[in-house]
Amino acid sequence: MAMTLEESIHKQVHGNLLSWLVSRQTFWVSVAAVLAFVILSLSSNVFATQQNLFNVTRNFAFVAIIALGMTAVIITGGIDLSVGAVLALSGMVIGMSMNIGTPFWLAVPLALGVSLLVGAFNGVMTAYIGMPSFVVTLGMLSIARSLAMVLSNNRMVYEFGPDQAQLLTLGGGFISVGLPFLNPVRVPNPVLFLVVMTLIVGLAFRWTKWGRHLFAIGGNEQAANLTGVPVRRVKLSVYMFCSLCAGIAGILEVGWLGTITTSLGQGMELTVIAASVIGGANLTGGVGTAFGAVVGAALIEVIRNSLILLGISTFWQGTFVGSFIIIAVLFDRLRIRTAND
Amino acid sequence: MAVLEISGVSKHFGAIQALTNVSLSLNPGEVVGLMGDNGAGKSTLVKIVAGNYPPSSGTIQMLGRKVVFHKPADARAEGIEIVYQDLALCDNLTAAANVFLGRELTTGFGSLRFLNYRTMYQRAAELFAELKSETRPRDLVRRMSGGQRQAVAIARTRLSEPKIVLMDEPTASISVRQVAEVLNLIRRLRDHDIAVVLISHRMPDVFAVSDKIVVLRRGEKVADKAIAKSSPEEVTGLITGAIESA
Repeated sequence: MAMTLEESIHKQVHGNLLSWLVSRQTFWVSVAAVLAFVILSLSSNVFATQQNLFNVTRNFAFVAIIALGMTAVIITGGIDLSVGAVLALSGMVIGMSMNIGTPFWLAVPLALGVSLLVGAFNGVMTAYIGMPSFVVTLGMLSIARSLAMVLSNNRMVYEFGPDQAQLLTLGGGFISVGLPFLNPVRVPNPVLFLVVMTLIVGLAFRWTKWGRHLFAIGGNEQAANLTGVPVRRVKLSVYMFCSLCAGIAGILEVGWLGTITTSLGQGMELTVIAASVIGGANLTGGVGTAFGAVVGAALIEVIRNSLILLGISTFWQGTFVGSFIIIAVLFDRLRIRTAND
Repeated sequence: MAVLEISGVSKHFGAIQALTNVSLSLNPGEVVGLMGDNGAGKSTLVKIVAGNYPPSSGTIQMLGRKVVFHKPADARAEGIEIVYQDLALCDNLTAAANVFLGRELTTGFGSLRFLNYRTMYQRAAELFAELKSETRPRDLVRRMSGGQRQAVAIARTRLSEPKIVLMDEPTASISVRQVAEVLNLIRRLRDHDIAVVLISHRMPDVFAVSDKIVVLRRGEKVADKAIAKSSPEEVTGLITGAIESA
């Protein structure tokens, strides 16, 4: 029997919110993260303290910020292996330029500009020249890191010129949020950046043409081309956005550490990709959320932190994180397969 | 004045000659059935008109004016809509999102624009109802049957008031009831003075709705005549080569 127009518009595959939630990988990963948080609070009397949580959230904020950009790239069906190197390069640029006296308000755009340039290179090679993103960003990984090392001249830098205080506050500072009935909570600045960026990116994915085009390109690039989606322009913008996220994280991390070393961000790209994939982004493209990127990063950091607090050797971290990547995605694939039977 | 005038169009892909010196003209409100065996060049011709690739030689004119298309959006801007044989749909998006792909409706203030989901769902539902399809705007295309996917692809052509609608095997995977709807749609387009090019293997459909029949064989045009002056037997002969030309 035919439905009225109204009914057909409102009918969705999932009858209610709960069934929709249960079908999403991100939901299950969030549950796992909350569970881990609870178990840890009970089994360690250090975990749920203000100081420890302050550190945990700040650590994962850097990975999560970049994971936002990485998720956007993964949604289009690409990958960006150069983010760790871009973080180092951006940190190096701001550190070195402030070291020789450049004012803060000039050094920040300089560092971000360099990040955007790297992103533009990645984007042009991938979108306009048509090279696989894996190859381009793999090459850029080496190039950017070597440029960062060239800039550093192999020195460790501690002084950041007249505006040093601004840089250190940006990355290492916090704001106090007063809560009713509790002591004021200290929220690290990088976490603030993360929250704002997550809101903006989440909004962009769901509510803008740009976001819709990301998913279209990841779903069927040929169809997107044929229907007039500006595919090359969108792909260029997404690689620039990802590098920008890495650049922002680089500036914040240098501010927090108070020093720059050439090993900054080494190997971070794999953690970021792991965070995005655990959070629900599908490497074949067309699927991903901003919230998922943050939850994935949070889960990885909670695992890391818990291993430390429980006294387990840090060498085991890789086993846990790697297993979680496989389990999170395996779970999702099995669920889809049984749903299709 | 012909709404579409194809003159001497040839197309080769490397060593493969897909089309040789094809000329065709289309008047407003005329339905042309384009038939031929697999590999005859029908899809290639239609994709050239839709702006997917440029002809290797020859010209295309619309209403007496020469037009050159560098990409599909150019053709769409000139009023040409197309339903591709493989439908060009994104599985991970909803039906409504696919209908409006590349032409999303937005709302907002100034340069801050957000997707207008409500209007897109509404309009998509209206288009599906018009096609008598059971497609629901919020459903993901991934979960749809062939017929529903076809409805989504056809609904796209109804978004604007085109001058020419090209359909590459639009009735390939749909139900009997829906075939009737597609043919009715083609008649309605004709009533609105829109020219239609229908590629189909289904002889009854082509003969039911076309004014003119054009047959391609191995990249060359072998027939271009009014449907009343032809017959299914003659067309079959032309397609297979039993009849040289007509």
